[in-house]
Amino acid sequence: MGCPPYGRCLALELSDLYSQVIRDHNRSRHNKRTLCDPTVTVPGKNPSCGDEIVLSLTLKDGIIEDAAYTGVGCAISEASVSIMIDLIRGATVAKASELCHLFFRMIGSESLTREELEELDEAVAFSGISRMPARVKCATMAWHTLQVALQNASP
Amino acid sequence: MMHTDYKEDFPLLLHTDATGVKVAYLDNAATTQKPRQVIDAVRTYYERYNANPHRGAYAIAMQVTEAFESVRSKVAQFIGAPDPEHIVFTFGATDGINQVAQSYGEQVVGPGDEILISVAEHHSNLLPWQRLAANKGAALVYLSVDRLGCIRLEELAAKLTSHTKIVAITHVSNVLGGINAIREIAAMAHAVGATLLLDATQSVPHIPVDVQDLDVDFMVFTAHKMLAPAGVGVLYGKKDLLKQMEPARVGGGIVEEVREQRVRFLDAPMKFEAGTQNSEGIIGLGAAIDYLEAVGMERVQAIEHRLMEYALKTLAAVPHIVLYSTGDAANRTGIISFNIAGVHPHDTATILASHAVAVRAGHHCAQPLMAHLGVNATCRMSLYLYNTEEDIRRLADGLSTVREVLGLGT
Repeated sequence: MGCPPYGRCLALELSDLYSQVIRDHNRSRHNKRTLCDPTVTVPGKNPSCGDEIVLSLTLKDGIIEDAAYTGVGCAISEASVSIMIDLIRGATVAKASELCHLFFRMIGSESLTREELEELDEAVAFSGISRMPARVKCATMAWHTLQVALQNASP
Repeated sequence: MMHTDYKEDFPLLLHTDATGVKVAYLDNAATTQKPRQVIDAVRTYYERYNANPHRGAYAIAMQVTEAFESVRSKVAQFIGAPDPEHIVFTFGATDGINQVAQSYGEQVVGPGDEILISVAEHHSNLLPWQRLAANKGAALVYLSVDRLGCIRLEELAAKLTSHTKIVAITHVSNVLGGINAIREIAAMAHAVGATLLLDATQSVPHIPVDVQDLDVDFMVFTAHKMLAPAGVGVLYGKKDLLKQMEPARVGGGIVEEVREQRVRFLDAPMKFEAGTQNSEGIIGLGAAIDYLEAVGMERVQAIEHRLMEYALKTLAAVPHIVLYSTGDAANRTGIISFNIAGVHPHDTATILASHAVAVRAGHHCAQPLMAHLGVNATCRMSLYLYNTEEDIRRLADGLSTVREVLGLGT
Protein backbone atom coordinates (compact mmCIF):
# COMPACT_ATOMS: atom_id res chain seq x y z
CA MET A 1 0.00 0.00 0.00
CA GLY A 2 1.41 3.36 -0.97
CA CYS A 3 1.09 6.62 0.81
CA PRO A 4 -2.24 7.88 2.09
CA PRO A 5 -3.96 10.42 -0.11
CA TYR A 6 -2.80 13.44 1.82
CA GLY A 7 0.85 12.38 1.62
CA ARG A 8 1.51 12.69 5.31
CA CYS A 9 4.20 10.02 5.35
CA LEU A 10 5.97 11.69 2.41
CA ALA A 11 6.29 15.01 4.09
CA LEU A 12 9.43 16.34 5.64
CA GLU A 13 9.32 16.82 9.36
CA LEU A 14 8.22 20.40 9.94
CA SER A 15 11.36 21.09 11.93
CA ASP A 16 13.46 20.10 8.89
CA LEU A 17 11.39 22.19 6.50
CA TYR A 18 11.29 25.22 8.76
CA SER A 19 14.81 24.76 10.11
CA GLN A 20 16.55 27.38 12.24
CA VAL A 21 18.45 28.83 9.28
CA ILE A 22 15.28 29.16 7.19
CA ARG A 23 13.38 30.72 10.09
CA ASP A 24 16.23 33.15 10.75
CA HIS A 25 16.49 34.28 7.14
CA ASN A 26 12.73 34.57 6.82
CA ARG A 27 12.65 36.89 9.83
CA SER A 28 15.85 38.89 9.36
CA ARG A 29 14.95 40.61 6.06
CA HIS A 30 18.52 42.02 5.84
CA ASN A 31 18.54 41.45 2.07
CA LYS A 32 15.05 42.83 1.55
CA ARG A 33 15.61 46.38 0.34
CA THR A 34 15.89 48.49 -2.79
CA LEU A 35 19.30 48.99 -4.44
CA CYS A 36 20.15 52.58 -5.41
CA ASP A 37 21.50 51.99 -8.89
CA PRO A 38 21.14 48.33 -9.87
CA THR A 39 22.69 47.02 -13.09
CA VAL A 40 19.93 44.52 -13.58
CA THR A 41 16.48 44.03 -12.05
CA VAL A 42 14.44 40.90 -12.76
CA PRO A 43 11.02 39.83 -11.47
CA GLY A 44 10.54 36.22 -10.45
CA LYS A 45 7.07 34.74 -10.29
CA ASN A 46 5.63 31.65 -8.68
CA PRO A 47 2.54 31.10 -10.83
CA SER A 48 1.00 28.57 -8.47
CA CYS A 49 0.54 31.21 -5.78
CA GLY A 50 0.92 34.51 -7.64
CA ASP A 51 3.85 35.55 -5.45
CA GLU A 52 6.47 37.77 -6.96
CA ILE A 53 9.91 38.78 -5.82
CA VAL A 54 12.11 41.26 -7.65
CA LEU A 55 15.84 40.58 -7.62
CA SER A 56 18.32 43.40 -8.25
CA LEU A 57 22.07 43.09 -8.80
CA THR A 58 24.78 45.73 -8.96
CA LEU A 59 27.61 44.46 -11.15
CA LYS A 60 31.07 45.90 -11.67
CA ASP A 61 33.85 44.26 -13.71
CA GLY A 62 32.13 40.89 -13.64
CA ILE A 63 31.62 40.97 -9.87
CA ILE A 64 28.28 41.09 -8.06
CA GLU A 65 29.01 44.03 -5.78
CA ASP A 66 25.58 44.01 -4.19
CA ALA A 67 22.28 42.22 -4.43
CA ALA A 68 18.85 42.66 -2.82
CA TYR A 69 15.22 41.74 -3.28
CA THR A 70 11.76 43.19 -2.78
CA GLY A 71 8.33 41.60 -2.90
CA VAL A 72 6.42 39.01 -0.96
CA GLY A 73 6.80 35.28 -0.72
CA CYS A 74 6.33 32.43 1.70
CA ALA A 75 8.90 31.62 4.38
CA ILE A 76 10.61 29.16 2.04
CA SER A 77 10.92 31.51 -0.92
CA GLU A 78 11.99 34.54 1.14
CA ALA A 79 14.55 32.50 3.06
CA SER A 80 15.82 31.02 -0.19
CA VAL A 81 16.35 34.38 -1.87
CA SER A 82 17.98 35.80 1.26
CA ILE A 83 20.41 32.89 1.59
CA MET A 84 21.19 33.11 -2.12
CA ILE A 85 21.99 36.81 -1.90
CA ASP A 86 24.38 36.22 1.00
CA LEU A 87 26.10 33.60 -1.14
CA ILE A 88 26.49 35.61 -4.34
CA ARG A 89 27.35 39.01 -2.88
CA GLY A 90 30.99 39.60 -3.85
CA ALA A 91 31.09 36.62 -6.20
CA THR A 92 31.94 36.73 -9.89
CA VAL A 93 29.15 36.23 -12.41
CA ALA A 94 30.78 32.92 -13.38
CA LYS A 95 30.79 31.79 -9.76
CA ALA A 96 27.14 32.73 -9.28
CA SER A 97 26.21 30.72 -12.39
CA GLU A 98 28.09 27.78 -10.98
CA LEU A 99 26.19 28.08 -7.68
CA CYS A 100 22.89 28.12 -9.60
CA HIS A 101 23.90 24.93 -11.31
CA LEU A 102 24.90 23.33 -8.01
CA PHE A 103 21.66 24.37 -6.32
CA PHE A 104 19.49 22.86 -9.07
CA ARG A 105 21.53 19.66 -8.94
CA MET A 106 20.93 19.45 -5.20
CA ILE A 107 17.17 20.10 -5.59
CA GLY A 108 17.08 17.42 -8.28
CA SER A 109 18.25 14.96 -5.60
CA GLU A 110 21.70 14.47 -7.17
CA SER A 111 24.30 13.57 -4.61
CA LEU A 112 26.86 16.35 -4.31
CA THR A 113 30.41 16.03 -3.00
CA ARG A 114 31.24 17.47 0.38
CA GLU A 115 33.13 20.32 -1.30
CA GLU A 116 30.11 21.12 -3.45
CA LEU A 117 27.80 21.12 -0.45
CA GLU A 118 30.21 23.41 1.37
CA GLU A 119 30.03 25.83 -1.53
CA LEU A 120 26.25 25.99 -1.16
CA ASP A 121 26.71 26.76 2.52
CA GLU A 122 23.37 27.69 4.15
CA ALA A 123 21.47 26.85 0.93
CA VAL A 124 21.85 23.16 1.84
CA ALA A 125 18.93 23.86 4.17
CA PHE A 126 16.75 23.18 1.09
CA SER A 127 18.32 19.82 0.26
CA GLY A 128 15.25 17.89 1.46
CA ILE A 129 12.67 20.02 -0.34
CA SER A 130 12.26 17.50 -3.16
CA ARG A 131 10.39 15.36 -0.65
CA MET A 132 7.78 18.11 -0.54
CA PRO A 133 7.00 18.61 -4.23
CA ALA A 134 4.42 21.34 -3.62
CA ARG A 135 7.14 23.57 -2.17
CA VAL A 136 10.00 22.98 -4.65
CA LYS A 137 9.02 26.04 -6.70
CA CYS A 138 9.18 28.19 -3.56
CA ALA A 139 12.81 27.20 -3.01
CA THR A 140 13.89 27.49 -6.65
CA MET A 141 12.16 30.75 -7.60
CA ALA A 142 15.10 32.88 -6.41
CA TRP A 143 17.66 30.83 -8.30
CA HIS A 144 15.67 30.80 -11.54
CA THR A 145 15.39 34.57 -11.24
CA LEU A 146 19.15 34.82 -10.68
CA GLN A 147 19.79 32.79 -13.83
CA VAL A 148 17.71 35.22 -15.87
CA ALA A 149 19.42 38.20 -14.23
CA LEU A 150 22.87 36.84 -15.04
CA GLN A 151 21.85 36.19 -18.65
CA ASN A 152 20.46 39.72 -18.96
CA ALA A 153 23.61 41.18 -17.41
CA SER A 154 26.04 39.48 -19.81
CA PRO A 155 24.47 39.43 -23.26
CA MET B 1 -30.94 3.71 4.40
CA MET B 2 -28.41 6.42 4.86
CA HIS B 3 -26.51 7.28 8.04
CA THR B 4 -26.62 10.74 9.48
CA ASP B 5 -22.87 10.45 9.99
CA TYR B 6 -22.22 10.99 6.32
CA LYS B 7 -18.49 10.33 6.69
CA GLU B 8 -19.39 6.64 6.89
CA ASP B 9 -20.19 6.75 3.17
CA PHE B 10 -16.82 8.23 2.13
CA PRO B 11 -13.97 5.69 2.05
CA LEU B 12 -11.26 8.34 1.73
CA LEU B 13 -12.44 10.10 4.88
CA LEU B 14 -12.37 6.81 6.81
CA HIS B 15 -8.88 5.89 5.64
CA THR B 16 -6.19 6.13 8.30
CA ASP B 17 -2.56 6.83 7.42
CA ALA B 18 0.55 5.10 8.77
CA THR B 19 0.27 7.04 12.02
CA GLY B 20 -3.41 6.22 12.48
CA VAL B 21 -4.70 9.65 11.48
CA LYS B 22 -7.66 10.46 9.25
CA VAL B 23 -7.65 13.56 7.09
CA ALA B 24 -9.75 16.54 8.13
CA TYR B 25 -10.82 17.43 4.60
CA LEU B 26 -11.75 21.10 4.39
CA ASP B 27 -11.05 21.80 0.72
CA ASN B 28 -14.49 21.09 -0.72
CA ALA B 29 -14.62 24.23 -2.86
CA ALA B 30 -11.69 22.70 -4.79
CA THR B 31 -13.17 19.23 -5.11
CA THR B 32 -15.31 16.98 -2.95
CA GLN B 33 -14.78 13.39 -1.88
CA LYS B 34 -16.83 10.61 -3.46
CA PRO B 35 -19.30 8.42 -1.56
CA ARG B 36 -19.18 4.67 -2.10
CA GLN B 37 -22.55 4.95 -3.89
CA VAL B 38 -20.82 6.96 -6.64
CA ILE B 39 -17.74 4.75 -6.67
CA ASP B 40 -19.98 1.67 -6.95
CA ALA B 41 -21.99 3.19 -9.80
CA VAL B 42 -18.80 3.85 -11.78
CA ARG B 43 -17.47 0.38 -11.00
CA THR B 44 -20.74 -1.25 -12.08
CA TYR B 45 -20.59 0.68 -15.32
CA TYR B 46 -17.07 -0.61 -16.01
CA GLU B 47 -17.93 -4.15 -15.01
CA ARG B 48 -21.37 -4.47 -16.61
CA TYR B 49 -22.17 -2.03 -19.40
CA ASN B 50 -19.11 -0.11 -20.64
CA ALA B 51 -19.91 0.86 -24.24
CA ASN B 52 -20.14 4.01 -26.36
CA PRO B 53 -23.56 5.63 -25.88
CA HIS B 54 -25.78 6.57 -28.82
CA ARG B 55 -23.83 4.31 -31.18
CA GLY B 56 -24.28 0.54 -30.84
CA ALA B 57 -27.25 -1.74 -31.39
CA TYR B 58 -26.11 -4.37 -28.90
CA ALA B 59 -27.52 -4.75 -25.41
CA ILE B 60 -24.89 -2.95 -23.33
CA ALA B 61 -24.69 -0.06 -25.81
CA MET B 62 -28.41 0.44 -25.39
CA GLN B 63 -28.04 0.09 -21.64
CA VAL B 64 -25.40 2.82 -21.42
CA THR B 65 -27.43 5.08 -23.72
CA GLU B 66 -30.43 4.67 -21.48
CA ALA B 67 -28.36 5.31 -18.33
CA PHE B 68 -26.69 8.34 -19.94
CA GLU B 69 -29.99 9.90 -20.97
CA SER B 70 -31.61 9.13 -17.63
CA VAL B 71 -28.88 11.21 -15.95
CA ARG B 72 -29.78 14.06 -18.30
CA SER B 73 -33.36 13.84 -17.03
CA LYS B 74 -32.15 13.60 -13.45
CA VAL B 75 -30.02 16.74 -13.84
CA ALA B 76 -32.94 18.60 -15.40
CA GLN B 77 -35.20 17.69 -12.52
CA PHE B 78 -32.45 18.46 -9.93
CA ILE B 79 -32.03 22.06 -11.12
CA GLY B 80 -35.66 22.65 -12.05
CA ALA B 81 -35.19 22.74 -15.83
CA PRO B 82 -38.43 22.21 -17.81
CA ASP B 83 -37.09 19.18 -19.69
CA PRO B 84 -33.87 17.26 -20.47
CA GLU B 85 -33.37 19.06 -23.81
CA HIS B 86 -32.11 22.04 -21.80
CA ILE B 87 -29.21 20.05 -20.37
CA VAL B 88 -25.89 19.85 -22.23
CA PHE B 89 -23.12 17.66 -20.84
CA THR B 90 -19.74 19.38 -20.91
CA PHE B 91 -16.28 18.56 -19.60
CA GLY B 92 -16.65 20.99 -16.68
CA ALA B 93 -17.83 24.48 -15.78
CA THR B 94 -14.83 26.04 -17.54
CA ASP B 95 -15.75 24.17 -20.70
CA GLY B 96 -19.38 25.29 -20.46
CA ILE B 97 -18.49 28.98 -20.12
CA ASN B 98 -15.99 28.77 -22.97
CA GLN B 99 -18.63 27.20 -25.20
CA VAL B 100 -21.14 29.95 -24.44
CA ALA B 101 -18.53 32.68 -24.94
CA GLN B 102 -17.22 31.22 -28.21
CA SER B 103 -20.59 30.42 -29.66
CA TYR B 104 -23.36 32.59 -28.22
CA GLY B 105 -20.96 35.41 -27.29
CA GLU B 106 -19.52 35.35 -30.77
CA GLN B 107 -23.01 35.91 -32.19
CA VAL B 108 -24.32 38.66 -29.93
CA VAL B 109 -21.33 40.77 -28.87
CA GLY B 110 -20.02 43.45 -31.22
CA PRO B 111 -17.78 46.53 -31.15
CA GLY B 112 -18.75 48.97 -28.41
CA ASP B 113 -20.85 46.40 -26.57
CA GLU B 114 -20.29 45.57 -22.92
CA ILE B 115 -19.89 42.36 -20.95
CA LEU B 116 -20.52 42.75 -17.24
CA ILE B 117 -18.84 40.52 -14.65
CA SER B 118 -17.86 40.86 -10.99
CA VAL B 119 -14.39 41.29 -9.61
CA ALA B 120 -14.96 38.08 -7.62
CA GLU B 121 -15.23 35.82 -10.67
CA HIS B 122 -13.11 32.70 -10.87
CA HIS B 123 -10.69 32.95 -13.80
CA SER B 124 -12.97 30.49 -15.63
CA ASN B 125 -15.76 33.10 -15.67
CA LEU B 126 -13.37 35.92 -16.50
CA LEU B 127 -10.88 34.84 -19.17
CA PRO B 128 -13.44 33.63 -21.76
CA TRP B 129 -15.11 37.07 -21.54
CA GLN B 130 -11.82 38.95 -21.50
CA ARG B 131 -10.85 37.19 -24.73
CA LEU B 132 -14.27 37.69 -26.32
CA ALA B 133 -14.23 41.40 -25.46
CA ALA B 134 -10.73 41.81 -26.89
CA ASN B 135 -11.63 39.96 -30.10
CA LYS B 136 -14.81 41.97 -30.61
CA GLY B 137 -13.67 45.42 -29.56
CA ALA B 138 -16.16 45.21 -26.69
CA ALA B 139 -15.61 46.36 -23.09
CA LEU B 140 -15.30 44.02 -20.12
CA VAL B 141 -16.88 45.96 -17.24
CA TYR B 142 -16.40 44.96 -13.60
CA LEU B 143 -18.73 45.14 -10.61
CA SER B 144 -17.12 45.45 -7.18
CA VAL B 145 -18.21 43.15 -4.35
CA ASP B 146 -19.01 43.38 -0.65
CA ARG B 147 -17.32 41.57 2.25
CA LEU B 148 -18.89 38.24 1.20
CA GLY B 149 -18.10 38.60 -2.49
CA CYS B 150 -21.62 39.64 -3.49
CA ILE B 151 -22.33 42.37 -6.03
CA ARG B 152 -24.39 45.40 -5.04
CA LEU B 153 -27.63 45.85 -6.93
CA GLU B 154 -27.28 49.68 -7.01
CA GLU B 155 -23.94 49.36 -8.77
CA LEU B 156 -25.42 46.78 -11.15
CA ALA B 157 -28.29 49.15 -11.97
CA ALA B 158 -25.79 51.93 -12.68
CA LYS B 159 -23.62 49.78 -14.94
CA LEU B 160 -26.34 48.02 -16.94
CA THR B 161 -26.88 49.88 -20.22
CA SER B 162 -28.34 49.22 -23.63
CA HIS B 163 -24.78 48.19 -24.62
CA THR B 164 -24.71 45.39 -22.03
CA LYS B 165 -25.07 42.15 -23.96
CA ILE B 166 -23.97 39.59 -21.40
CA VAL B 167 -23.92 39.55 -17.61
CA ALA B 168 -21.81 36.67 -16.26
CA ILE B 169 -21.90 36.29 -12.50
CA THR B 170 -21.01 33.64 -9.97
CA HIS B 171 -23.83 32.44 -7.73
CA VAL B 172 -21.42 31.96 -4.81
CA SER B 173 -17.91 33.40 -4.54
CA ASN B 174 -15.35 30.59 -4.35
CA VAL B 175 -13.24 32.73 -2.00
CA LEU B 176 -15.73 34.56 0.24
CA GLY B 177 -18.81 32.33 0.06
CA GLY B 178 -21.60 34.93 -0.20
CA ILE B 179 -24.76 34.06 -2.16
CA ASN B 180 -25.64 36.58 -4.88
CA ALA B 181 -29.27 37.72 -5.31
CA ILE B 182 -29.67 36.06 -8.70
CA ARG B 183 -33.43 36.50 -9.12
CA GLU B 184 -33.04 40.29 -8.85
CA ILE B 185 -29.88 40.30 -11.00
CA ALA B 186 -31.65 38.30 -13.73
CA ALA B 187 -34.64 40.65 -13.78
CA MET B 188 -32.38 43.70 -14.00
CA ALA B 189 -30.25 42.18 -16.77
CA HIS B 190 -33.32 41.19 -18.75
CA ALA B 191 -34.78 44.68 -18.41
CA VAL B 192 -31.95 46.04 -20.60
CA GLY B 193 -32.07 43.05 -22.95
CA ALA B 194 -28.90 41.41 -21.62
CA THR B 195 -28.40 37.66 -21.25
CA LEU B 196 -27.42 36.26 -17.85
CA LEU B 197 -24.93 33.41 -17.46
CA LEU B 198 -24.80 32.03 -13.93
CA ASP B 199 -21.69 30.24 -12.72
CA ALA B 200 -23.30 27.84 -10.25
CA THR B 201 -20.16 25.82 -9.56
CA GLN B 202 -20.18 26.73 -5.85
CA SER B 203 -23.96 26.78 -5.39
CA VAL B 204 -25.54 23.71 -7.00
CA PRO B 205 -23.61 21.33 -4.70
CA HIS B 206 -24.56 23.26 -1.56
CA ILE B 207 -27.98 24.94 -1.81
CA PRO B 208 -31.26 24.28 -3.65
CA VAL B 209 -31.06 25.86 -7.12
CA ASP B 210 -34.01 26.20 -9.51
CA VAL B 211 -33.16 27.67 -12.91
CA GLN B 212 -36.74 28.65 -13.70
CA ASP B 213 -37.24 30.32 -10.36
CA LEU B 214 -33.96 32.25 -10.80
CA ASP B 215 -34.80 32.88 -14.48
CA VAL B 216 -31.19 32.54 -15.64
CA ASP B 217 -30.49 32.21 -19.36
CA PHE B 218 -27.43 30.00 -19.08
CA MET B 219 -26.07 28.16 -16.07
CA VAL B 220 -22.94 26.04 -15.67
CA PHE B 221 -21.62 23.79 -12.93
CA THR B 222 -19.18 20.95 -12.52
CA ALA B 223 -19.71 17.43 -11.22
CA HIS B 224 -16.53 16.88 -9.23
CA LYS B 225 -17.47 19.53 -6.68
CA MET B 226 -20.74 17.68 -5.93
CA LEU B 227 -19.54 14.17 -5.04
CA ALA B 228 -19.18 13.00 -8.67
CA PRO B 229 -16.15 12.25 -10.86
CA ALA B 230 -14.08 14.97 -12.56
CA GLY B 231 -14.28 15.70 -16.27
CA VAL B 232 -18.05 16.24 -16.39
CA GLY B 233 -19.99 19.45 -16.25
CA VAL B 234 -23.43 20.72 -17.11
CA LEU B 235 -24.52 23.62 -19.27
CA TYR B 236 -28.15 24.61 -18.87
CA GLY B 237 -29.56 26.97 -21.50
CA LYS B 238 -32.98 28.33 -22.32
CA LYS B 239 -34.33 26.52 -25.34
CA ASP B 240 -34.30 29.40 -27.84
CA LEU B 241 -30.74 30.31 -26.87
CA LEU B 242 -29.48 26.76 -27.30
CA LYS B 243 -31.32 26.58 -30.61
CA GLN B 244 -29.67 29.78 -31.80
CA MET B 245 -26.15 28.68 -30.73
CA GLU B 246 -23.76 27.01 -33.15
CA PRO B 247 -21.66 24.20 -31.67
CA ALA B 248 -18.32 25.60 -30.46
CA ARG B 249 -16.74 22.20 -31.11
CA VAL B 250 -17.59 19.96 -34.04
CA GLY B 251 -16.97 16.28 -34.59
CA GLY B 252 -18.61 12.90 -34.23
CA GLY B 253 -22.02 12.32 -32.72
CA ILE B 254 -23.60 15.72 -33.38
CA VAL B 255 -24.74 15.52 -36.97
CA GLU B 256 -27.89 14.69 -38.80
CA GLU B 257 -26.09 14.59 -42.13
CA VAL B 258 -22.58 15.36 -43.40
CA ARG B 259 -21.70 15.94 -47.04
CA GLU B 260 -18.28 16.80 -48.41
CA GLN B 261 -18.89 20.55 -48.18
CA ARG B 262 -21.72 20.98 -45.71
CA VAL B 263 -23.27 19.69 -42.51
CA ARG B 264 -26.64 19.66 -40.80
CA PHE B 265 -26.40 19.37 -37.02
CA LEU B 266 -28.69 17.54 -34.64
CA ASP B 267 -30.83 19.66 -32.33
CA ALA B 268 -29.68 20.75 -28.87
CA PRO B 269 -28.43 19.27 -26.65
CA MET B 270 -26.83 16.66 -28.90
CA LYS B 271 -25.23 19.20 -31.25
CA PHE B 272 -23.02 20.42 -28.40
CA GLU B 273 -21.73 16.99 -27.40
CA ALA B 274 -19.12 16.26 -30.06
CA GLY B 275 -16.83 13.31 -29.45
CA THR B 276 -17.30 10.37 -27.13
CA GLN B 277 -18.66 11.64 -23.85
CA ASN B 278 -17.43 10.82 -20.36
CA SER B 279 -20.10 8.17 -19.73
CA GLU B 280 -18.57 6.87 -16.50
CA GLY B 281 -18.42 10.41 -15.14
CA ILE B 282 -22.00 11.13 -16.18
CA ILE B 283 -23.22 7.91 -14.57
CA GLY B 284 -21.28 8.89 -11.45
CA LEU B 285 -23.02 12.27 -11.55
CA GLY B 286 -26.38 10.49 -11.62
CA ALA B 287 -25.43 8.55 -8.49
CA ALA B 288 -24.21 11.76 -6.82
CA ILE B 289 -27.55 13.47 -7.50
CA ASP B 290 -29.36 10.44 -6.06
CA TYR B 291 -27.20 10.74 -2.94
CA LEU B 292 -27.81 14.48 -2.55
CA GLU B 293 -31.55 14.11 -3.13
CA ALA B 294 -31.78 11.33 -0.55
CA VAL B 295 -30.23 13.75 1.96
CA GLY B 296 -32.21 16.68 0.57
CA MET B 297 -30.61 19.94 -0.54
CA GLU B 298 -32.37 21.91 2.21
CA ARG B 299 -30.77 19.56 4.69
CA VAL B 300 -27.34 19.87 3.02
CA GLN B 301 -27.65 23.63 3.37
CA ALA B 302 -28.78 23.37 6.98
CA ILE B 303 -25.87 21.08 7.90
CA GLU B 304 -23.36 23.48 6.39
CA HIS B 305 -25.04 26.45 8.02
CA ARG B 306 -24.78 24.88 11.46
CA LEU B 307 -21.12 23.98 10.86
CA MET B 308 -20.42 27.52 9.63
CA GLU B 309 -21.80 29.03 12.82
CA TYR B 310 -19.41 26.80 14.73
CA ALA B 311 -16.49 27.51 12.37
CA LEU B 312 -16.90 31.28 12.49
CA LYS B 313 -16.98 31.21 16.29
CA THR B 314 -14.07 28.77 16.59
CA LEU B 315 -11.78 30.44 14.06
CA ALA B 316 -12.45 33.92 15.45
CA ALA B 317 -10.87 32.69 18.70
CA VAL B 318 -7.60 31.62 17.02
CA PRO B 319 -4.78 34.02 17.97
CA HIS B 320 -3.45 36.23 15.14
CA ILE B 321 -6.10 35.09 12.65
CA VAL B 322 -7.26 37.52 9.96
CA LEU B 323 -10.71 36.61 8.60
CA TYR B 324 -11.57 37.98 5.14
CA SER B 325 -15.18 36.85 4.92
CA THR B 326 -16.38 38.34 8.19
CA GLY B 327 -19.82 38.40 9.77
CA ASP B 328 -22.30 35.69 10.70
CA ALA B 329 -23.36 32.59 8.80
CA ALA B 330 -26.35 34.21 7.05
CA ASN B 331 -26.59 34.32 3.25
CA ARG B 332 -23.42 32.35 2.64
CA THR B 333 -22.21 28.83 2.06
CA GLY B 334 -19.46 27.06 3.99
CA ILE B 335 -16.39 28.99 2.80
CA ILE B 336 -14.03 31.03 5.00
CA SER B 337 -10.89 32.77 3.74
CA PHE B 338 -8.27 33.69 6.30
CA ASN B 339 -4.60 34.23 7.03
CA ILE B 340 -2.41 34.08 10.11
CA ALA B 341 -0.86 37.52 10.63
CA GLY B 342 2.72 37.68 9.42
CA VAL B 343 2.58 34.23 7.82
CA HIS B 344 2.31 33.38 4.15
CA PRO B 345 -0.73 31.14 3.43
CA HIS B 346 1.45 28.47 1.82
CA ASP B 347 3.38 28.09 5.04
CA THR B 348 0.13 27.95 6.99
CA ALA B 349 -1.25 25.25 4.68
CA THR B 350 1.97 23.24 4.90
CA ILE B 351 1.88 23.33 8.69
CA LEU B 352 -1.81 22.34 8.67
CA ALA B 353 -0.91 19.46 6.33
CA SER B 354 1.41 18.11 8.99
CA HIS B 355 -1.72 17.85 11.17
CA ALA B 356 -3.54 16.11 8.28
CA VAL B 357 -5.80 19.13 7.88
CA ALA B 358 -6.49 19.85 4.20
CA VAL B 359 -7.16 23.46 3.21
CA ARG B 360 -6.34 25.41 0.09
CA ALA B 361 -3.78 28.22 -0.01
CA GLY B 362 -3.19 30.55 -2.92
CA HIS B 363 -5.10 32.97 -5.11
CA HIS B 364 -7.97 30.48 -5.72
CA CYS B 365 -7.97 31.35 -9.45
CA ALA B 366 -9.39 34.74 -8.47
CA GLN B 367 -6.47 37.15 -8.81
CA PRO B 368 -8.58 40.28 -9.41
CA LEU B 369 -10.43 39.54 -6.15
CA MET B 370 -7.11 39.09 -4.32
CA ALA B 371 -6.08 42.53 -5.60
CA HIS B 372 -9.48 43.89 -4.48
CA LEU B 373 -8.87 42.43 -0.99
CA GLY B 374 -5.31 43.80 -1.00
CA VAL B 375 -3.66 40.42 -0.48
CA ASN B 376 -1.47 38.13 -2.57
CA ALA B 377 -3.12 34.97 -1.38
CA THR B 378 -5.25 33.50 1.38
CA CYS B 379 -5.97 30.21 3.06
CA ARG B 380 -9.47 28.90 2.50
CA MET B 381 -11.45 26.30 4.37
CA SER B 382 -14.59 25.02 2.68
CA LEU B 383 -17.18 22.65 4.12
CA TYR B 384 -19.47 19.93 2.87
CA LEU B 385 -22.18 17.81 4.43
CA TYR B 386 -19.73 15.20 5.76
CA ASN B 387 -17.62 17.62 7.78
CA THR B 388 -17.86 17.69 11.55
CA GLU B 389 -17.13 20.05 14.41
CA GLU B 390 -14.07 17.92 15.10
CA ASP B 391 -12.66 18.76 11.63
CA ILE B 392 -13.04 22.43 12.47
CA ARG B 393 -11.45 22.00 15.91
CA ARG B 394 -8.48 20.27 14.27
CA LEU B 395 -8.15 23.22 11.89
CA ALA B 396 -8.21 25.69 14.78
CA ASP B 397 -5.72 23.63 16.81
CA GLY B 398 -3.37 23.38 13.81
CA LEU B 399 -3.62 27.12 13.21
CA SER B 400 -2.66 27.82 16.80
CA THR B 401 0.76 26.19 16.19
CA VAL B 402 1.66 28.06 13.00
CA ARG B 403 3.53 31.05 14.35
CA GLU B 404 5.48 28.94 16.80
CA VAL B 405 6.69 26.58 14.05
CA LEU B 406 7.98 29.59 12.11
CA GLY B 407 9.74 31.01 15.17
CA LEU B 408 7.39 34.01 15.35
CA GLY B 409 6.28 33.41 18.94
CA THR B 410 2.85 32.14 19.93
